[in-house]
Amino acid sequence: MSGQLLGWLIGPFEAFSFMRIALVASFALALSNGPVGTLLLMRRESLNGNVLSHAVMPGAALGFLYAGYSLAALSFGGLLTGLVVAGLAALNIRSMPQRQDVSLIAFYLVSLSFGILIVAARGSQADLMHVLFGTVLAVDVNALLLIAGITSMTLLVIAALYRPLAVESFDPSFLRAVGGGGGLFRAIFVALVVLNLVASFQAFGTLLAIGPMLLPAAAARCWTQKVWPMIALATAIGMAAALAGLLISYYANLPSGPAIVIGAGLIYGISLLAAGRMRFEPRISEKQR
Amino acid sequence: MANFSDGARWRRSFSDLVSLGRTATTPLRRELAVLLSALSDNAQAAFARHFDGGYDPSELDGSGERGDGAIEVRNLSVGYGEHLALEGVTGDFAPASMTAVVGPNGAGKSTLLKALAGIVRPMAGQVTCTALARHRLAYLPQQAELDRGFPITLGELVALGDWRNFGSVREPPRRLAASVHEAVATVGLEAFIHRQIAELSVGQFQRALFARLLLQDADVVLLDEPFAALDESTTDQLLSLLQRWRDKGQTIVAVLHDLERVRLHFPSTLLLARSPIAWGDTSLSLSADNLARAHMALGLPEGGRFGRAA
Repeated sequence: MSGQLLGWLIGPFEAFSFMRIALVASFALALSNGPVGTLLLMRRESLNGNVLSHAVMPGAALGFLYAGYSLAALSFGGLLTGLVVAGLAALNIRSMPQRQDVSLIAFYLVSLSFGILIVAARGSQADLMHVLFGTVLAVDVNALLLIAGITSMTLLVIAALYRPLAVESFDPSFLRAVGGGGGLFRAIFVALVVLNLVASFQAFGTLLAIGPMLLPAAAARCWTQKVWPMIALATAIGMAAALAGLLISYYANLPSGPAIVIGAGLIYGISLLAAGRMRFEPRISEKQR
Repeated sequence: MANFSDGARWRRSFSDLVSLGRTATTPLRRELAVLLSALSDNAQAAFARHFDGGYDPSELDGSGERGDGAIEVRNLSVGYGEHLALEGVTGDFAPASMTAVVGPNGAGKSTLLKALAGIVRPMAGQVTCTALARHRLAYLPQQAELDRGFPITLGELVALGDWRNFGSVREPPRRLAASVHEAVATVGLEAFIHRQIAELSVGQFQRALFARLLLQDADVVLLDEPFAALDESTTDQLLSLLQRWRDKGQTIVAVLHDLERVRLHFPSTLLLARSPIAWGDTSLSLSADNLARAHMALGLPEGGRFGRAA
């Protein structure tokens, strides 16, 4: 019985190399999405992350226009527009200290439509679906190397600069006052987010790339209040969702990217229902005292 | 208390693990040190400047010495768009002085503090403050500006005050835990040191921020309405802390509303209504005549009052 279950679990990966590569790619993404997503959530910048994921779109589309469905062109173009939009948003934040949801959403709608127009002008319906939703099963060895390179670099940077990155997201004016160079770390973090979105782009597409980044972190936040356990849990949840999503997509013959995101979404829903009560009750009673 | 000793034991086994990892990686780290020593001093200084707040390894630990806490303000104007929040402010905060900044709503009190802290850029004029350049200026914003949902414990929050001794990448000094305990005890929160800041009441959180200021030991301390929403006893306790800091030579500038407290505890006062109405000895600054003029300057209805006890 247990042998049968094991066969059911690892059979697809044993049989097909594209399944193996997809699994390794989504595990690598989960490793760096854990800390990046947790930090993004702690900064209350999930909307910003969403906007950045769409900002990758026009650049990737331009890359597509220039070189067809080539990984290098797509990634380079996506990285370029992602960073440009991040820079523009930073300028915008500096000049207008109040809330800016509206301008962010405008950014996101315009860049998404722009990207779709560019791809539709030259490519087929299938190309458009690739760009929007990604194809984790079509990740080849080169794409895997790109993903692994970006995620390894992300982990190294976060490990080295974790302290200022965390403090900057909590109290930027304090960090500036004690000479911690606040703005620099913000820029580094945003660059990391864009890089990881570009890495996810091939696998999950521009519409879903933010999903594997935010959903596991949001689920982990339901269970713990401490940062390190949150990061570890988010990584584990991301990996579990990737495994479950790939298996479901294999046996039920469904698209794999959305299956992985739905897996993460299910875990988030369960976490909200199961752990949300435990977390919020003591806090409220504490405040009422 | 059982909980606490469990935590201590867990931390001890964790530090064993860390030291094991350290021994295991010793040859590797030695290699790295040799590799890095090849970098010129310039590269190291550049690294420190960009990633470690200008930390200079050749400089001795400056925790004991007190720098110059003077602030010079010359013809300072600050505006948001068309509207001028501050206009032509000129004056000095003497070293080791204790000044209250009072004025009606919209007088530019918070803006002045932000300009002193170097957070908003002046449209005209200048602020000269050596403490700011040396990163020895502490600024406590109004509580609403901080994210209370951030997952960090009270102890960790207070420990941040010692930033200059560990910076972005250096190892924290051994005495850090002891000094954090001491600072937390000074504000009476020993029992809460492992609590998340989200679980603290407003008053406890403000005490925690004062403990961080205690560790920060800055030459200039700027506080924006530090006692808003605090009860009497907490306010008195924190006020006496401020007085101790002034006696130690720190320059204190605080935005306050309670004129009675200002008269009791603050030797000098800046009465602000977009530009200074009066600046100097508290009893002279807060005359009925000056307060009325402050209202007129902002075009507020005559006879209106500000502050809790005028």
